[in-house]
Amino acid sequence: MRIARILGTVVSTQKDERLRGKKLLVVKPINIDGSDRDDYVVAVDTVGAGFHERVLIVGGSSARMAEGNKDCPVDTAIVGVIDSIELTKPDKKK
Amino acid sequence: MQLARVIGNVVSTVKNKSLRGRKIMIVQNLDEKLEPVGQPLVALDAAGCGMGELVFWCRGKEAAFPFKRDPTPTDCTIVAIVDSDEHVNNFELKTKN
Repeated sequence: MRIARILGTVVSTQKDERLRGKKLLVVKPINIDGSDRDDYVVAVDTVGAGFHERVLIVGGSSARMAEGNKDCPVDTAIVGVIDSIELTKPDKKK
Repeated sequence: MQLARVIGNVVSTVKNKSLRGRKIMIVQNLDEKLEPVGQPLVALDAAGCGMGELVFWCRGKEAAFPFKRDPTPTDCTIVAIVDSDEHVNNFELKTKN
């Protein structure tokens, strides 16, 4: 899974009928320090993410396991909205 | 599957129903000498691991297998906790790490 932030939305009326009624969002994967990664993804939103700051995306065939994505031509889904991220302090000995 | 160190966790209340009650951890991949390599990953916890522990994860569709009953949207799941760093025996290394 990856952390991403929402760039925008995609509106498509002519699409596979199994994608009907699904919200398509353009998301940009980010590193845990918030800096951007180079690619972007169009993901199906299954949790009503809206324009929250950071979301959790899952890729590959596991995206079809998200709610409502059964048998849908989807390879990336937003499965959670991130409230906060906690990191351990980098250990001194290394 | 690869070895990794748990370096953080992600708190998410609004999420997919089948992710409820599951911990979402941030892990740093390690090479065979247990040195950090590559970018940290986000992984769902199925082994009950804690911060700083040495674990290994499983990717792809099989990542959902530990949650057999309900379809769980995860493509990376922590499936095991290594007993300790000493329990990784790399025979090529002269000294044990």
